[in-house]
Amino acid sequence: MTTAPHMSRPAPAASRLVDLFEYGLDAPICLTWELTYACNLSCSHCLSSSGRRDPRELTTAEAKAVIDELEAMQVFYVNIGGGEPTVRPDFFELLDYATAHHVGVKFSTNGVRITPEVAQRLAANDYVDVQISLDGATAEVNDPVRGPGSYDTALRAMSNLADAGMKNFKLSVVCTRHNIPQMDEFKAIADRYGAQLRLTRLRPSGRGADVWDELHPLPEQQRKLYDWLVAHGDHVLTGDSFFHLSAYGKALPGLNLCGAGRVVCLIDPVGDVYACPFAIHDEFLAGNVRRPGGFAKVWRESGLFRSLREPQSGGACASCGFYDTCKGGCMAAKFFTGLPLDGPDPECVQGYGEQLLAQRPKDRGHLPKPSGDHSHRTAPARRPGTVDLVLTRRPDLNRPPVSACAEDPLAGTSFT
Amino acid sequence: MATLDLDRAWDLHPQVSVRPEPFGALLYHFGTRKLSFLKDRRLLAVVQALATAPTARAACLAAGVDDREVPRYGQALTALVQSSMVIERATP
Repeated sequence: MTTAPHMSRPAPAASRLVDLFEYGLDAPICLTWELTYACNLSCSHCLSSSGRRDPRELTTAEAKAVIDELEAMQVFYVNIGGGEPTVRPDFFELLDYATAHHVGVKFSTNGVRITPEVAQRLAANDYVDVQISLDGATAEVNDPVRGPGSYDTALRAMSNLADAGMKNFKLSVVCTRHNIPQMDEFKAIADRYGAQLRLTRLRPSGRGADVWDELHPLPEQQRKLYDWLVAHGDHVLTGDSFFHLSAYGKALPGLNLCGAGRVVCLIDPVGDVYACPFAIHDEFLAGNVRRPGGFAKVWRESGLFRSLREPQSGGACASCGFYDTCKGGCMAAKFFTGLPLDGPDPECVQGYGEQLLAQRPKDRGHLPKPSGDHSHRTAPARRPGTVDLVLTRRPDLNRPPVSACAEDPLAGTSFT
Repeated sequence: MATLDLDRAWDLHPQVSVRPEPFGALLYHFGTRKLSFLKDRRLLAVVQALATAPTARAACLAAGVDDREVPRYGQALTALVQSSMVIERATP
């Protein structure tokens, strides 16, 4: 009674579940669904380069059709993100539709719409979980990355959720060079609101590529983080983010496997399906839910996903004694830092990634760019360097520029 | 630690969703938000038989489990009781 009869390959005889998962599942265990690229913030490390809404965004009806498919495939829950998903006017309609159709919802938010009333509504639904994003245990560390006022917004949202009686919602932190010394403080904040701490890895994806060099943890911080995770492992969630750190010794809790296209994937706001949320690039684009066959066909038949489910060789890492624990690390992290996919992770704890990073050309022009940039246009564009200005007078003018009180109504008009 | 009495009636927790897979099944508990695995299809058949069988032992036998193997399946079910996936069912 296999749910997908066309997946005819017999389950290989393997003793560990993680080995079975490498061959992929009939449906994802969970998937990430970015509902919109619109966002009230402009976090410097946003992995989906969000800001402005894409006009081709899935409509309410199309989004409901996706939920129907997920229900039929028995996907247990979706991780909804964005952008800021709650700014979609139909957000709560979709949330209620999903949970009424046995698809649980975990959603990530910066907290902007989590008023006391919304918090009540969320707390009343057993099939909803909320993740509040915060990247500093103090405003001084958080706001430079996530934007002015974002610390207060997140804490206000947590306070509203706690007051509404919501238990065990998540405080979600992307670990950076600046907040790794604050792990105990994050834990204290989570405890204060009856929340659970969730730590994830900074990926060089989206705008994250622009700030990765400055924000990614230093090698000695990685060790600190690993030790902290080992000490607190059972009470802290990681979304399996740090399996590359397992090469320090003991495996961290979780599958310790790159789930891209095997047990997870991403649906973006316009319905494109990517292998994972950190790999929004044509290279990892498997299809679109709007095409015939919908999401199920993409998951089951995409050539990209099939190839990701093949046994991976390990490449340059195959001879490393730690390959079995770290599996070469994160595909997206390698891709967006310009490292070969069958080699070490840029943050390989054995230092092999750093050696390769050091050999890259100084100019970052060779690095792959994400498929779309939805960043707000109000922020000044990043420039490669300073531009020298030299002020001169236009050579075609035979008299001084017109002053504001020039009497001639035709001043400045040229008739040629 | 809770153990499972093979001679009592059991059932899946109402908030648990079961998804058959080639290797067995995936279980997800919406209350605890925990994921579990059944490592073989026979165990899946046992779990699915719990709701209608008078006892866990009867569910095992109905699923084709050999008498001598029942204790082993009992252990697997105990693990599911400890993670709240399986709960005792009140019998009329």
